[in-house]
Amino acid sequence: MPKPDSLQGSLDLLVLKILSRRPRLHGYAIMTAIQQMSGDVLRAEEGSLYPALHRMEEAGWVRAQWIVKDTGRRARLYELTPAGKQQLASEESRWQAVTAAVNRVLRTA
Amino acid sequence: MSLWSRIANVLRSDRLSREIDEEMQAHIEEAVEQGRDPAEVRRAFGPALRLREESRDARLIVWLDSLRADAIFGWRQLMKNKVASAAAILSLALGIGACTSAFRLIDALLLRPLPVAEPQQLYALVRQGVDPEGRFGTFDGWAYPDFMLMRAAAGGQADLIAVSYSERADLTYRSDEEMEKAYVQYVSGGMFSSFGLRPAAGRLLAEDDDRTPHAHPDAVLSYDYWEHRFGGDRKVIGRTFRMGNDLYEIVGVGPERFTGTEPGTMIDVFLPTMMHPGVTRPDWTWMRTLARVKPGVAFEPLRAKLDATSRAFEQDRAKGFHGMSQKDIDEFLNHPLLFEPAAGGESDMQSAYRTSLLALGVLVALVLLITCANVANLMTAQASARAREMALRVSIGAGRGRLVQLVLVESAWLALLAGAAGGLFAWWSAPVAVSMINLPANPARLFLPADWRVLGFGLALTVAVTLLFGLAPALRASAVQPVSALKGGEDPHARRRLMHALIAVQTAFCFLVLFVAGLFVATFHRLSGRPTGFSADRVLTLETVARRPQQPVYWDQVTEHLRELPGVESAALASTTLMGGWSWNNSVSVNGAPPNGVLGYFMSVSPGWLATMRIPLIDGRDFRPGDTYPGSALVNETFAKAYFKGANPVGKSFDMVFDQGRTAHFEVVGLVGDACYRDVHEPTLPQAYYPFTALDRKGVLQVKAMDRGMFMVRTSLANPLALAATLRREVPRAWPEFRVSNVRTQLEINQSHTVRERLLARLAFFFGIVALVLAGFGLYGVLDYSVLQRRREVAIRMALGAHAGHVARRVTADVFAMVIAGALAGLALGFASVRYIESLLYEVKPTDPQMLALPSLIILAAALVAALPPVIRTVGIDPATMLRAE
Repeated sequence: MPKPDSLQGSLDLLVLKILSRRPRLHGYAIMTAIQQMSGDVLRAEEGSLYPALHRMEEAGWVRAQWIVKDTGRRARLYELTPAGKQQLASEESRWQAVTAAVNRVLRTA
Repeated sequence: MSLWSRIANVLRSDRLSREIDEEMQAHIEEAVEQGRDPAEVRRAFGPALRLREESRDARLIVWLDSLRADAIFGWRQLMKNKVASAAAILSLALGIGACTSAFRLIDALLLRPLPVAEPQQLYALVRQGVDPEGRFGTFDGWAYPDFMLMRAAAGGQADLIAVSYSERADLTYRSDEEMEKAYVQYVSGGMFSSFGLRPAAGRLLAEDDDRTPHAHPDAVLSYDYWEHRFGGDRKVIGRTFRMGNDLYEIVGVGPERFTGTEPGTMIDVFLPTMMHPGVTRPDWTWMRTLARVKPGVAFEPLRAKLDATSRAFEQDRAKGFHGMSQKDIDEFLNHPLLFEPAAGGESDMQSAYRTSLLALGVLVALVLLITCANVANLMTAQASARAREMALRVSIGAGRGRLVQLVLVESAWLALLAGAAGGLFAWWSAPVAVSMINLPANPARLFLPADWRVLGFGLALTVAVTLLFGLAPALRASAVQPVSALKGGEDPHARRRLMHALIAVQTAFCFLVLFVAGLFVATFHRLSGRPTGFSADRVLTLETVARRPQQPVYWDQVTEHLRELPGVESAALASTTLMGGWSWNNSVSVNGAPPNGVLGYFMSVSPGWLATMRIPLIDGRDFRPGDTYPGSALVNETFAKAYFKGANPVGKSFDMVFDQGRTAHFEVVGLVGDACYRDVHEPTLPQAYYPFTALDRKGVLQVKAMDRGMFMVRTSLANPLALAATLRREVPRAWPEFRVSNVRTQLEINQSHTVRERLLARLAFFFGIVALVLAGFGLYGVLDYSVLQRRREVAIRMALGAHAGHVARRVTADVFAMVIAGALAGLALGFASVRYIESLLYEVKPTDPQMLALPSLIILAAALVAALPPVIRTVGIDPATMLRAE
């Protein structure tokens, strides 16, 4: 197994959060959602997004489904599983704890 | 669930790759629709292959996937060389199958514990010493009164259990006309509870059945017999059957897997020891003694206590011996008692076949090793052909471990296929081997389960075989140096050294197998070719029992009746058959002198018996009506040598001396030819024959009625058994009290003595041929390979004017040196191992020149035949074409 890169934790969190708001998105939509919601500050690279999605799928946090779009092309839609919801909650609280800690350091130092 | 889906993804990995690609494609199209630059999107993805790998790795188990890929590749590799693969698989299958089969037999007969509670606590009591024939060994027979004393002496330290030798008895559930055979074992009532067994129906024998001689006519059926004979009918409890003069009641059925304590015989009916006719006899050893030693009990004090008890019993008994010298008595008493582990039971078949099965096991293991060497050479040769492929794999980044895996997986394919085929072979062949040691009158029945023990052995063997033939080629292949291999110039000698060493090993094992096979075949030939002194052709033996003991006159009447039947040449009566296994011996005294220590062997025969058996009358006359016991005797030549110093004994007399000092006086009326009395392996014994008509001690004609006899009928039919049904019918017709309980041909009785030797000779011969063929193919393969490797060198030599013969010698010289070295090593192995199988040989010396010459010549001839095609190929090389092609 390749080592998880340092951004992976936050990428997972963003993907899970987006899927919790808007179920059944394909990869491109998730990518644009991250971009729009962050006001163009954050960009998920395709090269990281898909392996992350597939990893989360194997971990059972998201599930995927092939659908046929109006154009006749197939697309793979992702949605959150109950396990994913739990994961999101714990990731979110961890993120809060980390950012709170970082903020404390920034304030007091 | 996740693990499972990852395993599942390994199996559909192509589809997985396609899906990942498709998703990527959909993404790019989506992006382009949104107005992004296609090239820029593609760049954003990074290298497509890397992405796909990463996604794949997330979604499946990496090592399993690589294994899958190797398995597919290995399968293709096998399919590429279909003939070579098939040959390798078949020979391996034969080897694995034969080994598994041998293991099944050894396990079932010797290793498998009895299905009882705590079998490891079970021991058999044996005595060790010299028997009356002067052979050293252990004896497991005991007299019941001795057993009772020992049981009392053992107290709470051990449960002592009496189990009789199994008997094939006649019993009937209805009338005497419907007698049937069943295996009967007399056992202590306490056996079942001590073994922790529970009845499948009714009750089992209990300690209450051990109280009074002849007062407990209760019988327990074995589960197997209950199923076969009664279809598992519960109403069988309470039914009765008659055996001899006793009426037994069936009280229960034993547990499912328990078939008695004698592996090789499945007991049908268990009876209490109290019902055995010898239960009160101090001089009748008819049973084994098993001991269940309580945990924590010290062995030596217990052994010493039982030994002292038994010795005191025998000393007491020896006071009644007369006519035995003090030295003989001391020898008789000098039989220390020992504990032998008996977790796997204790049976005659175990002692008869222990060494044989182990010897066969070693032979088949050697054949398997020869096969492994062959396959290893094949793999090495193939690996050299694939050196460039391996080099390529290394240069694009395959690790060494990955290459070892690649080659080992291919080996595992071979071994797995061979293991599966070998399993089928073992399934079929183990019962066949058991049936080869079957006698129609005494069928061997061995419980041969195919359970985890056998399966585990087969799997372990397959893995071991894979490593054995696959590891060396795998390591060698993985050590490839890409630079030199891609240049096409790896050192070819390195490979050949391994192959040559394997050839030497193969030859050594092959020599050993052939040598041992030769010894077994010669033993069988000498034994079956040994003259028996009588003619068994067309002779039927009719074992006849009487409902109540009958006077000799009625037996004679039946003999007369049989003589007159069409198809009967002659008929006579005897107390038993020659070579039937039964024996009666006694001390003999001449002119009142003390016995000389040689035992004489006896049997009763009627007038005309000599002629029926075609035993030559050398001097004197045959019995005639009016001859009596004591009174007249016929003696054989060995008897004359043993007691009359070889002089013609006709007209002389001797006395038979009994234990209590009684004697019986006989005059020799005839001298007859030597005949084999008991066992074909023994030297001829001194024998005397008596008439049936008996006088009592005062010399008055005694009414000595017999309930059992053996009619000997020489027929005029090529197949004497065709007359069996008629004779069975005619015996009761001549006198209704009689019934024929068993009909056998004398030929079958004679052949039963060489069953073990025949089994060994046949199987060893078969595996000898297999070993030879395999070693021959191995040799051919290696020579062929080295010719292929050296054809450039050969072409250059020939171009420079070397003679064809010289070239051929050069190519084959080192291989032949290996063959000779191997044969010598095999010879040394043979000499070293021969003492383990000495007990299986008969009048065959391993040092006989022909025993050594034969395998040597056969191997040499096989080597020459195997070398011929490669040599022809070498000589046929045309230097011009060859050098141009290179």
